[in-house]
Amino acid sequence: MNKKEPLFHIVKRDVLPWYKSWGIRAAAIVAALIVCGIITTITTGLNPFKVYGSFIQGAFGSGRKVWITMQNMSILLIISLALTPAFKMRFWNIGGEGQVLVGALATAACMITLGDKIPNVLLILIMTVSAILAGSIWGLIPAIFKAKWNTNETLSTLMMNYIATQLVAFFTIVWEVPKGSFTVGIINQSTNAGWLPQLFGSKYLLPIVIALLTTISMFIYLKYSKHGYEISVVGESEKTAKYVGMKTEKIIIRTMLLSGGLCGLAGLLLVGGINHTITTTINSGQGFTAVMVSWLAKFNPITMIFTSFLIIFLERGAGEISTNFGLNQSFADILTGIILFFIIGCEFFISYRIVGRKKGDK
Amino acid sequence: MKKLLSVFLACLMVLSLAACTVGGKGGNASNGKVKVGFIFLHDENSTYDLNFINAAKEACEKAGVEYVLKTNIPEGQECYEAACELADSGCNIVFADSFGHEDYLIEAAKEYKNVEFCHATGTKAHTENLPNYHNAFASIYEGRYLAGVAAGMKLNEMIANGEITPEQAKIGYVGAYTYAEVISGYTSFFLGARSECPTATMEVTFTGSWYDETAEKEGAVKLINNGCVLISQHADSMGAPTACENNNIPDVSYNGSTESVAPNTFIISSRINWVPYFSLCIDSVKNGNKIPTDYTGTIETGSVVLTDLGKIAPAEGTAAKLEEVKKEIQSGQRKIFDTSTFTVGGAPVTSYMADVDTDPAYEGDHEVISNGAFNESSDGFRSAPYFDLRIDGITLLDESY
Repeated sequence: MNKKEPLFHIVKRDVLPWYKSWGIRAAAIVAALIVCGIITTITTGLNPFKVYGSFIQGAFGSGRKVWITMQNMSILLIISLALTPAFKMRFWNIGGEGQVLVGALATAACMITLGDKIPNVLLILIMTVSAILAGSIWGLIPAIFKAKWNTNETLSTLMMNYIATQLVAFFTIVWEVPKGSFTVGIINQSTNAGWLPQLFGSKYLLPIVIALLTTISMFIYLKYSKHGYEISVVGESEKTAKYVGMKTEKIIIRTMLLSGGLCGLAGLLLVGGINHTITTTINSGQGFTAVMVSWLAKFNPITMIFTSFLIIFLERGAGEISTNFGLNQSFADILTGIILFFIIGCEFFISYRIVGRKKGDK
Repeated sequence: MKKLLSVFLACLMVLSLAACTVGGKGGNASNGKVKVGFIFLHDENSTYDLNFINAAKEACEKAGVEYVLKTNIPEGQECYEAACELADSGCNIVFADSFGHEDYLIEAAKEYKNVEFCHATGTKAHTENLPNYHNAFASIYEGRYLAGVAAGMKLNEMIANGEITPEQAKIGYVGAYTYAEVISGYTSFFLGARSECPTATMEVTFTGSWYDETAEKEGAVKLINNGCVLISQHADSMGAPTACENNNIPDVSYNGSTESVAPNTFIISSRINWVPYFSLCIDSVKNGNKIPTDYTGTIETGSVVLTDLGKIAPAEGTAAKLEEVKKEIQSGQRKIFDTSTFTVGGAPVTSYMADVDTDPAYEGDHEVISNGAFNESSDGFRSAPYFDLRIDGITLLDESY
């Protein structure tokens, strides 16, 4: 008797046509919604459709909600785009959080120390330059260590996050009002000095426009520019890059300057455009969420619009659920977790297929 | 493939249908219906927010009005957005519970002039001149003082039993920040304790967070190792009570009873009851009355309350003594910050300019000493505490926060 073939085995797929791969993704979302529905009914006794409705309500329930969803999406998108060139180069920049925070800190420092002392246009210009510069420096430090001494960038970028958080905590105490409150409050609330301008009278439009411009530029930069090509060669193999005469050290440093600088820009928008204050949690972990957004989109800037939308949609929906049904936020987090699990998991079925044991084989 | 797509589309349609049923605008401010929206920094896992959440539910259910609770709202633009969303959905009262929410609530108040915005612990209502923006707090220093009396009696009992000498009557206090609210709290607690036990001294340590269980526990252990024989706190976790129970050190807590984690060492706890304030706001809007710019709840209004005494730790006769002191406070016979009961730098305080109107330079702007006492949270000033004198007998171990 022949040795039994295993019940199933895994085979790598050829590249699927786009409609098939998106079909698999849609099926994953449907499956995730079904599982979420079952869990919702079992644990809370609520009608799952009402809960899903609440999800949508949270993201699109009113004009204001649509704007907020798009604004939050824009910030996450910018941070994700910032990390992408580094990731494409196989430089694991998980220091987005810190790079955004120092950008935010630099912005706040300008607003507090220079507010009302110089014309607003000049102030905003200085804010922009210093935010981008601060983010770049935060990206540059691990890049130099990597380029010169080949240190592990995952650790060094991660550690830079904690330094940034502590710096912000330190300055929060320096700037706190009133004393001891650990709260900076809205900076220049009466004069609005250093507040980024509103576009067409809308509070929400500026980050959205900047995110769109960044997406298009990043797409062109990565796909059509010489720099973009160099990044992908270094990503494929550093040795190949060196062999064909590319200066890999220079490419690593240049790319991290860009990555950190863009994160700094996100920090500028968070402080100058949206919150007008500085706290250690102002970025609420988006530097890490962006890693997932970038990966889910397979480093494609255009796809990132959808993946960042997905994450923000889930986040906004989760908040709405806990408000509407009096459930703890953790329950919404469970649902979000299930949905993400299915979405990430389905990528496996796009790259591989499972072949069952064929009948009639000897 | 087609099948899959149609299934997906069908699901989407069902979802959007469901979305419509959940939506729907709430009552408008003009039709006499009251709807209250609440914004909380954390959820019910924080003792601070839980205290507000319970009061919100109780007050709204008692008044029979609709309410919405929004939890986990950070102290940033999210607070403004949440306040606007609540106003959009027809709330005519919007309340926020955390100090850092204040500026964002003010921004929303400027925009929604027909909605009343109420904020606990804030300091700016009296200087903003917005008719629809209000601050509220309570004279919790009276509650702290009473809790201090219970602590002083415990110290006396320990001295009488020969467990400690009078000189060893040292209290430890775990605070969050060197913030006026904390300073006012530990000072009134200490004055209460010293009114019973004249040899009492106190050491204070700060954690740099309103909620950090590990830091609070470590802080309490540090104080115990320093020779403190009784611990109290102004931080929101069970860290300090747990440390006390482990080391068998009597404990006075805050925000509610901690007897469940410290049955052998829990003496008493003081807290602010927010139901009277919420009820006042709801009634004011119902009847078209003005909500006060600064509201300070007191023992009389039922805003300052003590929990039941612990079953094991409190000294004998504490309950009776507390009743007696409470009556003296209510009648005005006993003042908490009576300047004859404390000194600063060895000298009595006869004049002090407190930073009542918040400014970045922390400049003193109001004379707060009159009639032989420091007027904390008084009429004409503001509801949030501003007592920040460093009185003799209390040692701050660290001041980095």
